[in-house]
Amino acid sequence: MAVTVKIPTQLRAAAEGTSETQLDGATVQEVLNGLYERYGELRERISDEDGSLRRFVNVYVSGEDIRFLDGLQTPVSDGAELTILPAVAGG
Amino acid sequence: MAVTNLKCRECATEYPLEALYVCERCFGPLEVVYDHSRLLSGGEDGVLDVDGLRRRIQAGPQNIWRYADFLPVVDGPPAPSGRLASRTGLPAGCTPLIRADRLAQQLGLAEVWVKNDAANPTHSFKDRVVSVAAARARELGFQVLACASTGNLANSVAAHGAALGMESYVFIPSDLEEQKVLATGVYGTKLVAVKGNYDDVNRLCTELSAERDWAFVNVNLRPYYAEGSKTLAFEIAEQLGFQMPDRCVVPIASGSLFTKIGKGFDEWRELGLLGNPACPLPRMNGAQATGCSPVASAFADGQDVCRPVKPNTIAKSLAIGNPADGPYALDLARRSGGGVDSVSDEEIRAGIALLAQTTGIFTETAGGVTTAVLSKLAARGDIDPSERVVLVITGEGLKTLDAVRGTFETYEIDPSVSAFESRVPEAVTV
Repeated sequence: MAVTVKIPTQLRAAAEGTSETQLDGATVQEVLNGLYERYGELRERISDEDGSLRRFVNVYVSGEDIRFLDGLQTPVSDGAELTILPAVAGG
Repeated sequence: MAVTNLKCRECATEYPLEALYVCERCFGPLEVVYDHSRLLSGGEDGVLDVDGLRRRIQAGPQNIWRYADFLPVVDGPPAPSGRLASRTGLPAGCTPLIRADRLAQQLGLAEVWVKNDAANPTHSFKDRVVSVAAARARELGFQVLACASTGNLANSVAAHGAALGMESYVFIPSDLEEQKVLATGVYGTKLVAVKGNYDDVNRLCTELSAERDWAFVNVNLRPYYAEGSKTLAFEIAEQLGFQMPDRCVVPIASGSLFTKIGKGFDEWRELGLLGNPACPLPRMNGAQATGCSPVASAFADGQDVCRPVKPNTIAKSLAIGNPADGPYALDLARRSGGGVDSVSDEEIRAGIALLAQTTGIFTETAGGVTTAVLSKLAARGDIDPSERVVLVITGEGLKTLDAVRGTFETYEIDPSVSAFESRVPEAVTV
């Protein structure tokens, strides 16, 4: 299932300058694994050593924060948009 | 200038003083770093002329720029008015600190002070942070101001844009209080009502900030913007005779205001401006609405991070379900011996009434939250009767009129003495 992953400006240097990319996967975790395989440097930028998301990284599936869904196990459907954003904005 | 660079609060990676807010290595927040050696006589190894610096601050302008040595702006060229170009616009700060003896008496406390930040130009503390962000935005060459707002920030960004002749875009949740919408649109901003809650608005602005060359004051300008909140601590200390209070009660939305008040006290304490640098920070008590209390919940559960929530409270200016500075607010509350509590919507209404009826200050729902938390702390016996407590009131009651509608009776009478005496029972006993 093809999912569009949107990459924030802060991570684009580690992703060959790309702002979005197409990946396959049935869950957020699978899509992120595909992202890490494509751009190895992104793994340590996004994930902690135990594989969970870093504290200041937010991930959204079609606009919804995955912490309100099933976290990294949130299913993603064909054509969905997965957005990675910094968490430290606003207020 | 005292400001030297930006630094990641998590991994200490340094960055130049540009429109950056997130560490590229770890996504941690960037903070402004200062070098205060210029304030010391004889350079880095010198000593601070405490009295001289205090006098210089007191002789400064009647606004936040009296604390310019501690703010992240570079001294720009003089404007035609003779003032520095970076400091024109809509000066904020120097709001009253009022001793509230009737409120203290009601709560069984000895000494309560109210810092009334509704006295700012657009009637909330947001004028402090926007003044700093707008000044830095101009220094960095931006033409457009923008923000994601729960209301007060919307008012302030629109007004500062108007005062500085800058175009502005203000993004708000579409269900915001009418008063806050009207008090934004009047300034001629481009007002965008987003169908969603504040966290949706914030996400949209985070995405837009990467695509537009705009100064989003609380996104890409956030390290500078947040520093403006330190001026609340500076003012409280200065107004108390360069002393810290024993305790501060402060509302928490993102946690930025709360943590920066702590940082303000810390900076002046370390320099020796507040007496012995070894004296403790005030106990910092955070206040949230139960309908949006991710920080209070994490505090109660002993957690270091906040689990986001979907807000449902009348305190819309505090309705941030995903607080960016939540972990740091938790750390400050614990480190200072304070805490984070939450109160119900009914308690918020009671808090608004209590403050109004004991001090003559009409605050918005956020101030109701803060006052209600102070009541709760007092009732619980958490506050020693000898403590000097400062209640930080961040906004104006006229912006959230729905919160007090129907909470009191109006006597409608014919214009006659007999009608007055028959319908208004208290009057005949006078």
